[in-house]
Parts: sequence; structure tokens; C-alpha cells
Amino acid sequence: MNRIKRKNGVASKIYIALIMIFLYAPIAVLIIYSFNKGKTTVWKGFSLKWYEALFRDDNIMNALANTLIIAVLASIFATILGTMAAVGISNFRGKKRMIIQNVSNIPIISPDIVMGVSLMLLFSFLGVIFGFEMGFFTVLISHICFCVPFVVLNVMPRITKMDRSIYDAALDLGCNQWQAFYKVVIHELMPGIVSGLLMSFTYSLDDFIISYFTRGAKFQNLSIEIYSMTHRRISPKINALSALLFLAVLVIMIIINLRDRHEEKVRSART
Amino acid sequence: MKSRKPSIPYIIWMVVFTMIPIVMIGCTAFTDKNGNFSLDAFSNALFYSEVFLKSLWIAFLSTVICLVLAYPLAYMLTKMKQSSQNTMIMLFMIPMWMNFLLRIYAWIMILQENGPLDNFLAILGIPHSSYLGNTAAVVLGMVYEYLPFMILPIYTVMSKIDGGLIEAARDLGSGNVTVFKKVIFPLSIPGVISGITMVFVPSASTFLVSQYLGGTDDIMIGDVIDKVFWTDQNTGSAISLILMVFILIFLIIMNLFGDEEAIA
Repeated sequence: MNRIKRKNGVASKIYIALIMIFLYAPIAVLIIYSFNKGKTTVWKGFSLKWYEALFRDDNIMNALANTLIIAVLASIFATILGTMAAVGISNFRGKKRMIIQNVSNIPIISPDIVMGVSLMLLFSFLGVIFGFEMGFFTVLISHICFCVPFVVLNVMPRITKMDRSIYDAALDLGCNQWQAFYKVVIHELMPGIVSGLLMSFTYSLDDFIISYFTRGAKFQNLSIEIYSMTHRRISPKINALSALLFLAVLVIMIIINLRDRHEEKVRSART
Repeated sequence: MKSRKPSIPYIIWMVVFTMIPIVMIGCTAFTDKNGNFSLDAFSNALFYSEVFLKSLWIAFLSTVICLVLAYPLAYMLTKMKQSSQNTMIMLFMIPMWMNFLLRIYAWIMILQENGPLDNFLAILGIPHSSYLGNTAAVVLGMVYEYLPFMILPIYTVMSKIDGGLIEAARDLGSGNVTVFKKVIFPLSIPGVISGITMVFVPSASTFLVSQYLGGTDDIMIGDVIDKVFWTDQNTGSAISLILMVFILIFLIIMNLFGDEEAIA
């Protein structure tokens, strides 16, 4: 393999560096101006006052809490629903299975805005019948909707690759079906379940469009708060928020990367 | 483990929250405000056909630019050490995980008058002005939003190409160019196809990017749906339905491409 690999030349190193600059320059600009004393993009000196203002802003803190609660609940619920679904779907064959999987993929391929609008129609219709208003729960349900397909997609290959005789072995050794599942099978599926959970969590954190259409009149999450802030007037509080979010993303990514490396080591140790 | 029962809750869930909403969009599009059958919503939707074309044009430009930027990059990535490949992929993904609105907001800061770009160009003697409010800014925003979606699938497919194939081609006397043309390029097509899909679909249908970065005539179909839907659900649904049908056709065409290439 190494023999046919030719190293990258200087030109390609410069090219990669330029793309990196393109991707990170905007984030750097956001972070730099979060320390600006002034309110515009004219540099007026170093200050931490926007961070202070950010933490004092109850609306933002409230929205942040909502975003995290929705992301945690949606990703856990989607993971349970999606894992069960993947186990069940794997026992369908032929046309039926194809139909179920295609319907399951609809939220992934259909444009966010269409999904948002269609869920809004459903919720306002149901709201009239059952007398509820859109808010926390409609946003939660919508987030679960676009998270489950990712869980199914991540868990399904694990099930197909799994050696089914270990399940039979567990039964032979005296487990009942449920024990065989949670003591044996679930360990085989775990990497897929964890990736599905993480993907769900990040998609939920990032979502704006679907929350925007299904939130009703009062519910605020971070995306919507940012939306209304950027619509009003640019405030460096947003920059401070960006800097903190970037830090959070960075930490999560490093943890995931370390986990993957650890897993690779375990895998290579096994073989 | 051998039962289909665990999938029942999800099947019910899909019927209620995926199928029924789509059926509702269809019903709303073909009725008027009083719930009678009517095609008025579609004739109203025709009013926005220019916006529709403009959206497709912007999405097309963004997709082409993403492809041109991402393809060589993915190729270069596959030539790095495995551990640096993983790190690089992580670095390309991190910006994607920042909130979508914050990433556009960053470009507003950069492109506005007295922003970093303006100040830099002023040093070079170009008079102060804003670089927002034109189609180029919208395309730039789109490329920034969706470039990683083009890099990842192409890279994934390229990194799975069997090294033995390349070796065999070399042994049979192929030079670098021939190896690329006859082995690497054809085998990378599935990645290119899914990259194109992953960039084109969201950039044709997203909203806010053009509102924030573009001018008054850069309104895209997503912005129209957003504006119209709050006042006229019928027309809003009709536009959504047209958008969805168009995207479905696009996906089918892309799929045909993919399959043909796989067979050949």
C-alpha cells in the first residue's frame, strides 16, 4: 500500500491550507470580535463585557437550557425508538422492508423547510381538535422525527453484520429473549447506537428551520433566539455566544475522536 | 431478535409524523381557504416561477463550486497518513457543527462595510463599501455552509478504493494520469453523486442565507415559502409540493446516474 502512495506536494499542502483558512476564518472573526470593546466591527480594545452581558441575558440562558433539554430528550427518545425499529425492520424481507426503509428516509431527503411546514400543518390541525398550542412538545416531537432515521441508518449495518448465532447461544445458555437482547445483542450494536445518539444530539442542537415552524408563539430555543437577535441588530453578545459554542463543539469532537481511536485500538488488539 | 414487533412503534410514528403531514400538504395545496377543491394555489405559485429558477441557479452554482473545491481536496486527503486523515476530517467537520445561523452571521460581519474584508481592501486603496447584497455573497454563503457535505462522501468513497487496483494498473504500464482517469475517477463517481445531492438539495431549498447575504432580487424559494405560508397556507403548500416533487425528480435522476456507473 505504501509503495503506491505518493506523498502530497507543496502545491497540495498550500491548497489544503487555503481551504482550512476559508473554513476557519469566519469563526476566527466571530471569536476575535467577541473580545471587542466596541459594538461594531471597528476594534476599540479588549474587553470581556459581552461575555458578562451574555450570562446576564435571561432570554439567551433560557433558550440555551431549552435547546439542551430538547437535544437530550430528542436524542435519547430517538435512539430507543430507532434501535427498536432497526431490530424489527431487519426481520422484514423484500418489498415490505424496502418500503419501510424508504419511508424512514423521507425526513433525511426531504428539504427541512418542507418538513417544517408539513409538521406545522399537522400540529395546528391536531391543536384545533385536541385543544393544545404548539410549543415545547411539538418541537420535541419534530426533533425526534428527523433524528430517528439517522439512528436506524447507524444501527442497521451493525445488525446485518452481527453474527446471529450469539443470540441463539444466549438463549441456549438460559437467557430469555429480553435478557439475551440487553445482555448480549446490545453490546454488539453499541457502536452504531452511540453514533446514532451523537448524530441525533448534534442535529438537534443545530436545527433552526424545523424548530422555527413548529415552535408556536412562545417557545424559544437558541437558534430562534439567534435568529431574532440577528434580525434586530447585530450584537457582540452573539459573538461571545459563538465563541463558547465553538469551544463546546471542539471539546465534543475531541472526545469523539479519542473514543474512535480507543475503539480502533481495541479492535486491532482483538485481531 | 427475530420478531418484527419492536418496529411497530416506529411504523406508527412514521405514519403519523411523516406520511400524514405530506398528505396534508398535498390536500392543502389542492384546496382553497374554504376547503373546496381548487387549483388556485398552483396558479398563485406560478407567480414565483422566476424565484424558483433563481434558486435553482444559485444552488447549481454553489454545487459546482463545492465540487471543484472538494474533489482535489478529497483526493489529496487519501494520500495522507491514516491518522492525519482522521484529524483532517475532524477539522473539516468542526465548522459544520457550529450553528447554521452563526456561520452566516460570521459572513455578514466579514462582508459588511468597515468589516475585515472592507478594511483590508481599503488599505490597498479600494474605496470603502459593503460586499453584501449580491448573488455572489449568497453563493459564497452556500459554499461555506455545504462544502463539508461535498468533501465527506467523495473522500469516503475514494479512501475505500482498493490499493491493489491502482497497483495493478501501474503494473500494466499506466502512468499517473491514466491511473486517475481509468481507476480513481470512475470509482469515485458514487461519492460525487451523493456529494452533489447533499449540497444541491439543501442549497436549493434553504432560507435565510439569501435574506441575510443577498440583495432584494436574490430571494430564494425557501424565503418565499416562509413568507407566504404564514398568511396563505394553500399557496405555501402548493410551492412546497412543487419543490418536493422537483427534488424527488432530481434524486431519481441522480440515482439513475449512480446505478449506471456502478454497472459499467
